[in-house]
Amino acid sequence: MSNIVVDKSKVPWWVSNVIVPLVNLTLALLVSGLFIFIAGENPIEAVKLIIFGSFGYIQGFAYTLYYTTNFIFTGLAFAVAFHCRLFNIGGEGQAYIGGLGVFLVAINLSFLPIPIVWLLSICGAFLFGAAWAYIPAYLQSKRGSHVVITTIMFNFIASSLMIFLLVDVIRDTNQMAPHTVKLPEAIWLPSFEAFSGILGIKIRYSPLNLTFLLAIASLFFVWFLVWKTKWGYEMRAVGHNTQAAIYAGISPHKNIIIAMCISGGLAGLLGVNEILGVSHKIQAGFPAGYGFTGIAVALMGRNHPIGILPAAFLFGILYQGGSEVTFEMPNITRYMFVAVQGLIILFSGALENLFRPQIESFFVRRLNKEVNA
Amino acid sequence: MVSPILELTNINKSFGHVQANKNINLKINKGTIHGIIGENGAGKSTLMSIVFGLYQANSGSIKINGKEINLRSPRDSIVNGIGMVHQHFMLVENFTVLENIILGFEGETVFGEKLANAKKDLEKLCKTYNFNIDLDATIADLSVGFRQRVEILKSLYRGAEILILDEPTGVLTPQEVDELFKILRSLKDEGKTIVLITHKLIEIMDLTSEVSVMRQGEMVGHTKTQNTNKEQLAEMMVGRSVLLRVDKKEIKKGEVIFKVNNLSVKDDLDVIRVKNINLEIRSGEILGIAGVTGNGQTELLEALSGIRKVESGNIQLFGEKISDQDNFLNPRMLKEKGLAHVPEDRQRMGLISDFKAHENLIFGYHDQEPFSKSAVLNSQEITEYSSKIMQEYDVRPNSPNLITSNFSGGNQQKIILSRELNENPKVLLVGQPTRGVDIGAIEFIHQRLIDMRDRGAAILLASVELDEILSLSDRIIVMFDGKIVGEKENKNVTDRELGLLMAGVA
Repeated sequence: MSNIVVDKSKVPWWVSNVIVPLVNLTLALLVSGLFIFIAGENPIEAVKLIIFGSFGYIQGFAYTLYYTTNFIFTGLAFAVAFHCRLFNIGGEGQAYIGGLGVFLVAINLSFLPIPIVWLLSICGAFLFGAAWAYIPAYLQSKRGSHVVITTIMFNFIASSLMIFLLVDVIRDTNQMAPHTVKLPEAIWLPSFEAFSGILGIKIRYSPLNLTFLLAIASLFFVWFLVWKTKWGYEMRAVGHNTQAAIYAGISPHKNIIIAMCISGGLAGLLGVNEILGVSHKIQAGFPAGYGFTGIAVALMGRNHPIGILPAAFLFGILYQGGSEVTFEMPNITRYMFVAVQGLIILFSGALENLFRPQIESFFVRRLNKEVNA
Repeated sequence: MVSPILELTNINKSFGHVQANKNINLKINKGTIHGIIGENGAGKSTLMSIVFGLYQANSGSIKINGKEINLRSPRDSIVNGIGMVHQHFMLVENFTVLENIILGFEGETVFGEKLANAKKDLEKLCKTYNFNIDLDATIADLSVGFRQRVEILKSLYRGAEILILDEPTGVLTPQEVDELFKILRSLKDEGKTIVLITHKLIEIMDLTSEVSVMRQGEMVGHTKTQNTNKEQLAEMMVGRSVLLRVDKKEIKKGEVIFKVNNLSVKDDLDVIRVKNINLEIRSGEILGIAGVTGNGQTELLEALSGIRKVESGNIQLFGEKISDQDNFLNPRMLKEKGLAHVPEDRQRMGLISDFKAHENLIFGYHDQEPFSKSAVLNSQEITEYSSKIMQEYDVRPNSPNLITSNFSGGNQQKIILSRELNENPKVLLVGQPTRGVDIGAIEFIHQRLIDMRDRGAAILLASVELDEILSLSDRIIVMFDGKIVGEKENKNVTDRELGLLMAGVA
């Protein structure tokens, strides 16, 4: 029986926040490589393809950033709730309903000046996502129904509700598929193509659009909210020690609701990217699992915006590079990359502490030697 | 000269940069009660955890009966005749005494003969040492004192020749302490060796024949108990002379500023824990609440500080009703009215251990200027304030950005105290202010409380340490089973009287 006791205060921040995630990521990729090898393809070739697909040409890189945008939103959504120790698994449903918010605002208010439409649509996305998170938050704070259970169920409810709306209420009646009419072209968010057009560079289509900047702004917003305002302070207090929060006169009920609503609102912003930026209509199932992958992004990024940015970028690379691989390598299917994501989640989430003690004690010992020498 | 039963030579143990034990040498003779005394964080518990196999030393040797042994786990220690009774009992609440004792040593798949034999052996043990314990009772039904006996019995049953007790009296009434000491003496008479870890000098003087003093990870002295005295030991522990009695001058009491009328309070399980209590505190007065843990003090303090709802009755501050069964002001509103609260359990309530020190120093005051302005926290102001107040209250190390759990217990308590006292409250509710706090810090904390009183604050002090109640309070009430069973002026009361009241006997 070996117990490694590490004095946490002596572990340098870069060991726990950089080295450990990198080791976990490397392991996940090694095991993924093994899968690819078993599937009969060369893992090194696959890596080359991933890197080429996501960085090698400008359009590919734009795709990578487009995916990154979505992961930033859902990753931040999970992180905000997590600072109040709420496991918001409902990003997927909140994003879905957020999309409804964008669309309803944009289509009904499209007569307003365009920047105002954008602003109000963003608010619509945030509010609808927040409203969808409010119900589980209320049930948690007042009735004690666990937020993990209710948010999972609310994903299904959101999905059923949206299918119902898309089939029976807001479907584009000129065709059969479950999606709405397109928004007027004037209010679409400018795409990357359009920008590069202005600069005189001609590139092919990519879904990257102005929402990317909104995602970057959201990173700042979350950092400021959580660490620089009294609201974030109170949320963290409730999350870390509810008893102490009550002692200090901080209401757990209120903070659970605030944290969940902000979390749901951030997830809802995914709708801005997808609807105002890319497809310009609501399509059935548009959140496509970003909500769930956001959990992994947040866990890898240690729930801090500075970590979430690279984690979201990494998942963007995997999405974009992964689809490149599936084109080139017939033995690798799309599902293989779902498995790769799964491995990353497994190693950076569930098995996070597998090597942490060893790595930390290794560095603590090394550093001690340096001090003593 | 008898050879020692347990001999430690040059034991070193460090956690990261912190060296918890430095070159420790210790000899413990067979059939003695050996005290190990030191402040919190002096390394007593680490040392004993090494002896019990919970930690492995970085270097050094352990000999039992002259034979060097290697202790890799508690099981090795048990095999070598070492038993340990921890501060927090390791018992399964809904098992019987017998089931708890044989746990892990059942020896057979289906209970039969061996269980019957075990029971017979245990009954014999109980008789030898006067344990007076029912082997078929469920742990949940037993008082703390009896649970501790179960732990001792468990060690003995497993063949312990050396019994280590870690702060055994922290949770006991004075009468239970007497009973425990009787048992320990009879164990000694039967030839067992006892190692008593404590920070209470009085226990060392009462019980032990030899004493070793630890300070900052080092063994600073061994002596026969009869050759020393409390003052000398205290000096060795902290490395300077300590004032054991608090200097307290007579001052004139003022008006009644805090008043409780017919107060009843329920706990989380809807059981009434505070039963119809009346009390009042004057300005310039410390009212001590003595009592064994769990007799309603916790719920009383929580109700008075606005954390817990009142079942019936009311609470008045400066003649204004702040709480009754329909309404209560929350802690933040009470703070604004000049009522501060140092909670009993700093880990559970007073602090957020994962927060940085400066975040804890503004906890509960975080939404007031200058710490925050229109919801934005002013980091620079907070850090400057924190560093200043940590200096003033001698919180070590003075690093506002250090995570709170890295401070020692005493320094964590100083963080809470500085936060609550800095606002100069008119009424101060204090629970267990010095639990798990070292002697140097106790002296400091007591002095601060006395200063508050001298400045005219009304202070309610709940503590399980009778010494603390006796040295600080002007007036003492005793709680038993949710009721006030006695009220005394501090001038004419003995700890014996209070002890009887606390046990619900008088």
